[in-house]
Amino acid sequence: MNWKFPFATLFSLLLATMVQAAEIRLAVTTSFQNSGLSDVLLPQIKKDIGLDVQLIVVGTGQALKLGEAGDVDAILVHSRKAEEAFLKAGFGTHRREIMYNDFILIGPSSDPAQISEADTAVTALQKIAAAKAPFVSRGDDSGTHKKELSLWQAAGLDPATFGSWYRAAGAGMGATLNVASGMDAYVMADRASWLNFGNKGDLKLMFAGDPVLFNQYAFIPVNPQRHPHVKTALVAQLEDWLTGETAARLINGYKINGETLFTFNATKP
Amino acid sequence: MNDIAQGTIDAFRLIFTLDPDLLEVVGLSLRVTVTAVLIASLIGLPLGAWLVINRFRFRRQTIAVLNALMGLPPVVVGLFVYMMLSRSGPFGVFGLLFTPTAMIIAQVIIITPLIASISHQTIRDLWAEYHDLLISLNTSRWQRITALLWDGRRALLTAMLAGFGRAIGEVGAIMIVGGNIDHSTRVLTTSIALETGKGNFAFAMGLGFVLITLAVTINLLMHSLSRTERASVW
Repeated sequence: MNWKFPFATLFSLLLATMVQAAEIRLAVTTSFQNSGLSDVLLPQIKKDIGLDVQLIVVGTGQALKLGEAGDVDAILVHSRKAEEAFLKAGFGTHRREIMYNDFILIGPSSDPAQISEADTAVTALQKIAAAKAPFVSRGDDSGTHKKELSLWQAAGLDPATFGSWYRAAGAGMGATLNVASGMDAYVMADRASWLNFGNKGDLKLMFAGDPVLFNQYAFIPVNPQRHPHVKTALVAQLEDWLTGETAARLINGYKINGETLFTFNATKP
Repeated sequence: MNDIAQGTIDAFRLIFTLDPDLLEVVGLSLRVTVTAVLIASLIGLPLGAWLVINRFRFRRQTIAVLNALMGLPPVVVGLFVYMMLSRSGPFGVFGLLFTPTAMIIAQVIIITPLIASISHQTIRDLWAEYHDLLISLNTSRWQRITALLWDGRRALLTAMLAGFGRAIGEVGAIMIVGGNIDHSTRVLTTSIALETGKGNFAFAMGLGFVLITLAVTINLLMHSLSRTERASVW
């Protein structure tokens, strides 16, 4: 052993970390990226555990599909029923809750259906239907779309019977907000995407706060028994990080215009 | 109107500050598209010439199909390549989905018919002129194809540039097979789609100006290199 030894060790360690600068693919919902949260979390993940997380930004429906086909290593979505069906079919190993935000109803500032006076989300939707005020739906089988449909159902209404005031955009959250902004229509969105949206026009937040609008995000690793190429070890590292203290601090501390967007609620197993 | 003005300002700011993220995105756009154009030309140009000099049974139908394929919807090509390359598809084992290679494959499928079709039309006119000469010299098929391609090279450049134009501005297919992953498969057009989704119209517009500038620059460069559109040289 000579004096060069520590340097050599250090150098080889450095080399090893460089080689380990691995990457995994994570299918996430549009709201995760449109809110800007991913831009805060990903660089920190890279710094802390040297992992390049490549985001495939799609709706929850397509994210689950990507997980089924094994085209991604894990998914981060928000639609509990669909997630449970995904797990039951054996496509994922387990479901870990990470954080939540809430859905809000947005509409033109003149509020033609008077939903700002509603007490619950369901009555707000009933008022919109009664007034036949223009309403833009995601219509893309995403988590937000599924939530919207469940609310119409709770209101005792069926969107299939609605007239031309109900428009299905068939697009992501941002594109749908653009449509609503252009048509001065009502729309349901997650708070994060709304606050980060740049083309608000005449739209304003009209209704929020009903517990039924709670929006839980969960992390599901893709099952390696079905897809052996999935990087399980790296996914576990990412899960540890996402449920750890740094993630809690960053998620709870992420604000736009002074408003908190997400609330961290992962629990230690 | 305000967004367009702001977009112009953003475009200039991005170009003159040599924004590293922008350079990365532009670099990938060029890498993917130029590779796709070269591969599509290697297939499309000889195919166009081959169709001119050969007479076979379903020639008309083949040419009609080739012309129709110029209008191939990119989204469908994207979906097809996606299903082929998906882990659950026939070529899944290569793990090519969501890589620049997948984007190149999709673009080659989109622009090969375009390049083949335009070169076919160009070479057909040339063949009418060269027909008697090349036949009387007792040339082989391959010699005829190379002679036609070489002598029609300036016009064929137009076919390649048309392919380049379609590929660099394409978004539907590469969004599906590339996934628009930051620092990995994000190109100019998918960035524009992303910024539009965020409602950042001015910035999206700025990227649009960068894309147009890039396309014009490449076209001018190709023309000056091949010395077309000059007096005394057609």
